[in-house]
Amino acid sequence: MNKIAATVDNFGRAILENIEEMGRILLLFLSVLMWMVRPPLKLRLIFKQMEFVGVKSIFVVVLTGTFTGMVMALQGYYGFKMFNAESLVGSTVALGMTRELGPVLTALMVTARAGSAMAAELGTMRVTEQIDALYVMAANPVKHLIVPRVIAGVLMLPLLTVVSDFMGILGGYFVGVPVLGINSGAFISNITKLVDLGDIYHGLTKAAFFGLILSLVGCHKGFIATGGAEGVGRATTEAVVLASVSILISDYFLTAIMF
Amino acid sequence: MIKLVGIHKSFGRQKVLDGLSLDIEDGKTTVIIGGSGGGKSVLLKHIIGLLKPDSGQVLIDGVDIASLNDRDLNEIRKKFGMLFQEAALFDSMNVMENVAFPLREHTGKKEKEIREIVKEKLKAVGLTGVEDKMPSELSGGMRKRVGLARAIAMQPQIVLFDEPTTGLDPVMTEAINELIVETQRNFDLTCVVISHDVQSIFTVGHKIAMLYKGKIVEYGTPEEIKSSSDPVLRQFLSGSLEGPISVI
Ligand SMILES: Nc1ncnc2c1ncn2[C@@H]1O[C@H](COP(=O)(O)OP(=O)(O)OP(=O)(O)O)[C@@H](O)[C@H]1O
Ligand SMILES: [Mg+2]
Repeated sequence: MNKIAATVDNFGRAILENIEEMGRILLLFLSVLMWMVRPPLKLRLIFKQMEFVGVKSIFVVVLTGTFTGMVMALQGYYGFKMFNAESLVGSTVALGMTRELGPVLTALMVTARAGSAMAAELGTMRVTEQIDALYVMAANPVKHLIVPRVIAGVLMLPLLTVVSDFMGILGGYFVGVPVLGINSGAFISNITKLVDLGDIYHGLTKAAFFGLILSLVGCHKGFIATGGAEGVGRATTEAVVLASVSILISDYFLTAIMF
Repeated sequence: MIKLVGIHKSFGRQKVLDGLSLDIEDGKTTVIIGGSGGGKSVLLKHIIGLLKPDSGQVLIDGVDIASLNDRDLNEIRKKFGMLFQEAALFDSMNVMENVAFPLREHTGKKEKEIREIVKEKLKAVGLTGVEDKMPSELSGGMRKRVGLARAIAMQPQIVLFDEPTTGLDPVMTEAINELIVETQRNFDLTCVVISHDVQSIFTVGHKIAMLYKGKIVEYGTPEEIKSSSDPVLRQFLSGSLEGPISVI
């Protein structure tokens, strides 16, 4: 009996803690919005973050996008061949990439690369009192540290997703046409026929939202870090896990809403 | 005038400040001494509103800073400069950018003028030619001095120093003490200095306060402190193992 009570108790506590954390992230978002409209915006810091989040992620995004498109073509071919519809492989790859895999994979890669770095950097600044130093110099850390990162996340994720989409389709074409022998004209015309701009917007909207999630979560976890190097490590891990899970869950709901 | 009234502060179950009261005089240097881990840094962070007391008040010119909104608190903080115990330099910025930070943030000064000020402040703390170095490329003592330069860059009215001379060699210690005394006198500053170094205490302090078990147990001029018969203070100043302060 006692054991059951304790289990329920722990479970309830975990849920409450999660809800509380969600509330804090929401509050952080509101304060980011507030500081975003208060000039002056720190353009130099924003560009620096855009370079870090965007430019420096291109390589991994190209790599994951290309191979995802390639494997999709391979798998699609296997299925479509059963009813002689191989020419649909191109549009399947293109729809899959633009609507779903482009944004999600890009977001997960950038979470691992940049979201974790945000948590580590802010966490280090927290435990070495650099954030306190900002407060002391009457400089708001949300404005200096978090606003540039969130802006960079929201702007760069859609751009990276475009790269990922494009590379995925290219990879699919490479596997589909020269390797598997699908007719090139049919491959391309099916893409243009079945994929419209709406699908691309759908994916890019999701990407922007994922960019918001990963930068907010990364900054939040770093900002509240305590307990030296170990605490920073914990913050980083938690940031990656929470951001990845949130991205995958919100992906379902965003897709359902925009269907 | 900085006035601390009945401040209690605990972290979890650990009580750090236990009804501490202290008046810090304007235009004077007050030195706070006390054992390691006794709550001196915590006390300093209360003065500038980085930590909020569980109960009690921090009054600056009669205003309780806990009651202020962000904007008003920032206005008050602009009067302050603070040197952190571990310097707390921004490690994504070089020395020049670190010291220039408050100037760029709060003054409309031209870039050239800012550079002049930074060079001058760095020279005052005995550093030249380090402007382009990153904090990670500096020694501990150099970092501390850059932190010192940053703390005084804005010509603040009140400066809080958390162990300005710890980790410096004897000559540099003397030079930094001299710098604190000079700046304090020239600009009529209010300084709060935390120090362990018995020599420094008497060089820079107009008033000395001893923090022990979360309270100020003795307060007075250097002469009064030297002739005090308080057993805690006597033991602290003589560095003896015998007395009320038990170490191990
Ligand atoms: N943010 C914090 N969270 C939890 N405990 C803290 C925190 N800051 C300080 N403490 C605790 O408060 C006590 C006083 O710390 P403080 O840094 O003020 O000591 P100190 O007098 O400055 O010591 P030292 O001379 O070694 O710098 C310590 O026991 C420390 O563990
Ligand atoms: Mg200390």
